[in-house]
Amino acid sequence: MIAAGTFNPPSIDWFALSPLLVLLGGGLVLLVAAALTPQWPKHLYAWSTVAIGLAALATTFVQWHDISKDGAKTLVGGALSYDHLALFGTITICIGLCLAALVTDDFLRREGMEGPEVYGLFLMAAVGAVVMVMSNDLIVLFLGLETLSIALYVLAASNRRRVESQEAGIKYFVLGGFSSAFFLYGIALIYGATGSTNFTTILAAFDSVPVHRRDAFALVGVGLMLVGLGFKVSAAPFHFWSPDVYQGAPTPITAFMASVGKTAAFAAMLRVLIIALPNWKDDWRPVIWVIAVLTLLVGSISAVVQTNVKRMLAYSSISHAGFILLGVEAAGHAGASGAGGMPGTMMYLMIYSVLVIGTFAVVTVVGRTGDAATDLGSFRGLSKQQPLLAMALTVFLLAQAGVPLTSGFIAKVGVIKAVVDEHSYALAIIAMVSAVIAAFLYLRIMVNVWLADPETGDDTREPVRVPLSTGIAIALCAGFTLYVGFNPGWLIDASDMVTNVARPLTGG
Amino acid sequence: MSAIATLASAEAATSNFPVLTALVLVPAVGALIIATMSKRRPEWVKLTAILISVFVGALSVWMLASFKTGSSDFQMVSKHEWIKTWGISWHLGVDGISLFLVVLTGVLFPLAIIGVDPHHDEKPYLAWLLLLEAGVMGSFLSLDLFLFFVFFEIVLVPMYFLIGGWGYDKRIYAATKFFLYTMIGSAFMLVGIIATVLLAKGAVGHITFDLVELATKSNFAASTGRWLFFAFAIAFAVKVPMFPLHTWLPDAHTQAPTAGSVVLAGVMLKLGTYGFLRFGLYLFPQAARNSREIFLTLAVIGILYGAIAATMQKDLKRLVAYSSIAHLGFIVLGTFAMTSQSVTGGVMQMINHGVSTGALFLLVGMIYERRHTREISALKGLQKVAPVFAAVFTIVMLSSIGVPGLNGFVGEFLVLIGSFLTARWWTVVAASGVILAALYLLWAYQRVFHGEPDDDNKTFAELHWKEGMVLLPFLAAIVFCGVYPKPMIDRIQPSVKALISHISDKTGYVEPQPELHSGETQTEVVQP
Repeated sequence: MIAAGTFNPPSIDWFALSPLLVLLGGGLVLLVAAALTPQWPKHLYAWSTVAIGLAALATTFVQWHDISKDGAKTLVGGALSYDHLALFGTITICIGLCLAALVTDDFLRREGMEGPEVYGLFLMAAVGAVVMVMSNDLIVLFLGLETLSIALYVLAASNRRRVESQEAGIKYFVLGGFSSAFFLYGIALIYGATGSTNFTTILAAFDSVPVHRRDAFALVGVGLMLVGLGFKVSAAPFHFWSPDVYQGAPTPITAFMASVGKTAAFAAMLRVLIIALPNWKDDWRPVIWVIAVLTLLVGSISAVVQTNVKRMLAYSSISHAGFILLGVEAAGHAGASGAGGMPGTMMYLMIYSVLVIGTFAVVTVVGRTGDAATDLGSFRGLSKQQPLLAMALTVFLLAQAGVPLTSGFIAKVGVIKAVVDEHSYALAIIAMVSAVIAAFLYLRIMVNVWLADPETGDDTREPVRVPLSTGIAIALCAGFTLYVGFNPGWLIDASDMVTNVARPLTGG
Repeated sequence: MSAIATLASAEAATSNFPVLTALVLVPAVGALIIATMSKRRPEWVKLTAILISVFVGALSVWMLASFKTGSSDFQMVSKHEWIKTWGISWHLGVDGISLFLVVLTGVLFPLAIIGVDPHHDEKPYLAWLLLLEAGVMGSFLSLDLFLFFVFFEIVLVPMYFLIGGWGYDKRIYAATKFFLYTMIGSAFMLVGIIATVLLAKGAVGHITFDLVELATKSNFAASTGRWLFFAFAIAFAVKVPMFPLHTWLPDAHTQAPTAGSVVLAGVMLKLGTYGFLRFGLYLFPQAARNSREIFLTLAVIGILYGAIAATMQKDLKRLVAYSSIAHLGFIVLGTFAMTSQSVTGGVMQMINHGVSTGALFLLVGMIYERRHTREISALKGLQKVAPVFAAVFTIVMLSSIGVPGLNGFVGEFLVLIGSFLTARWWTVVAASGVILAALYLLWAYQRVFHGEPDDDNKTFAELHWKEGMVLLPFLAAIVFCGVYPKPMIDRIQPSVKALISHISDKTGYVEPQPELHSGETQTEVVQP
């Protein structure tokens, strides 16, 4: 479109980009500084990562009020959006980053792998994730997706001493590359149909070009993009990678993938479907419905027969993805406004991110040196050894099961309310019933923690120890889970604002 | 926690003492206190638990004393915003239907705590029991659908741990079964609650989970109302439990520790029958009327099935568990017969069943403590060696059978005469359940207590005075309510009548006469 010689660089609102810049700059500085200096003292790598994450978080809070006051807009020539949806996603990502870094701190020292690399990759992945939640252009979205994914591939394989970790990395890389290809092909076809990759133009193309709703390019493009996104959020039937990768990857990395990875992918899904492609909603909504049902059932039913806790939690994470898809489905009914579904989806993501990091933090601690003791038996008698840790794990598991007075219940009510408001009763019922099936799995873990005695010969095993940083992370996660359970009003109000998106046609 | 704590303090400043809020929060805070105490001094832990539960019991009795008789309104209401955006508030209130259930809860817990020794890990056991009490209290007092659901669901957690941690051999299986069964019912109810609120938004004018506002202002189409009612009904039917959703109950009861069984039978099952009255009939009167045949039939099947199954049991505790299914069938029958006698009788039966079955479970627990078996065939001739124990057991058993002069009779009789007016043939069949109750209980008594004691039964210890003190309140309630039920009826009936007239207003239902006037005694009622 741009004629040679008349290139006008877009004006850049640096303030609006500040979380991104803080994370990117922080990551680069951390890597360079750490490469040039000898080994840093204990905790320092992790805590500087946390500091960077908190700095980014602080900027988002300033921006939140800025948007409330001045309204949402698009940035960098319409490539990125600056709105509450993006900020809510960014906040979730920063929280996930800080908590995961705290858990990783002790993990790396225990496994004898301390170094700045993992934190650098965390920060790069977070940059990719933030680009995804802010994106207002398919190409930019793809850039974010790849930045996140490549960092995650390396992270999954980062434990060089465990062959499972290597396997997880390769598996994730091959399948992830495959799904990226699908997504990219989808972008190409959408571009073919609408003449643009920008969400604003894609939306407008429906009226102005005009693109027929039955246009084959567009329909296939939507389908291929759903495959790509479905893979990233590990929705059935694109979920097969996730149990293997979740189980094989080092446990804190799994926590990071399940929180930050999922948040970015779902926020991107909302952006693509609700903001760019609402005109095809009658075509993609039934697909989301079917995928949601499949995901819920596959996740909860497969989880029941597992014996490894990491694998169980991987399937439970699939089942949670099904719940989040409920929110996407509900948002689809409302179309471009996305009134009901989007707040529910984003609130679920924030609550789930904290929950899943808390849960995996406990699993990290119980995994003991070598990160291998993650079968159900390793949790036997945990309440006798570490009553507080057992209590925290119980809070996380009850919250994942959706028991009231925990954040998990509020999350579930949020999405159920959204679908019921759109009269999708069948979906709501299926979701709640599958939550009961999934509850069986959490009960199985709790039985081992509280009601079973340690296995015979267990005294030879290394005792479970809770190190400082991980302890802080677990306490923060448990505190958040209970606090939101008792007093959820502020989070509901905040998430209600995410429908205030940068309207494609108002941006510049 | 802080949100609710500030609510409580705000309330104290603005009104009289918020007794209902205290009834919920004191045991909850008590559980927290116990959880933080040192387990090296179990006697202090136990004393604290007893003091807290006795204090709650005293509060509930004080609440009973300050309850205004003759009024059908919700009393001692406390209402504070909780989640404003979703129209959810901390809304508690008590009326004739919930009054005695609350008192029963308040009184039953200290007795269960004092009367039963968990044998190990006392501290978490007591903390869970107090948390359970808070949940049960909250369920009976909530006037907000969301708040009710929170309490209704939260009681599962302490009960799960009580059964799983302090139960008998197959406790983990039973606890898991209990949790999942109840949760699947709740799954439907949660969707039902949210759908009710959203569908009523137009008629009510704004989004609210407030029960009274929804019941008075909402107006559902017949088919919508039916689906919503069924969504609630599944949760309550599991909880009651009604045939064919009852299979969790025998396992849960048999495996639960004694205090768990007492609480489960005494008050937790009533969450189901109470739910039918408070949320089923009140919110969806038309749907409840339209589907009454289904529930009447299931209730009668439950009465007969529970009785027949109880007859065949080899385990004394399992027998009592099945008898609960039969007794709760009467309550459901009374509820769906929808006359003021039958519903009043149902409410009374909830209390009576709680008292007599609670006492039966305590007694069976005492037998187990002595003999380490509950097999009926292993027990023989206990009457010879423990006559006082046998006498107490007899009174409780007769109350459970429904012998005139004891409390069981009053409720059952009111249910039957009330139901006869609107559900004649169901009542006729149900009446045979009364005879069956005599059959299985007397037969069991005969096998356990009569004859010459053999082997270990010879050394069966007589009732200890401490056990006697725990059982004494039960016996007093059994006799008092059987001889002089008027004070209870006077308090229950206005609310029941208000509920029936609410149904009449909404559906054009005309309650058949004769009516029971609050001044009359039950003997006068027999002659219409």
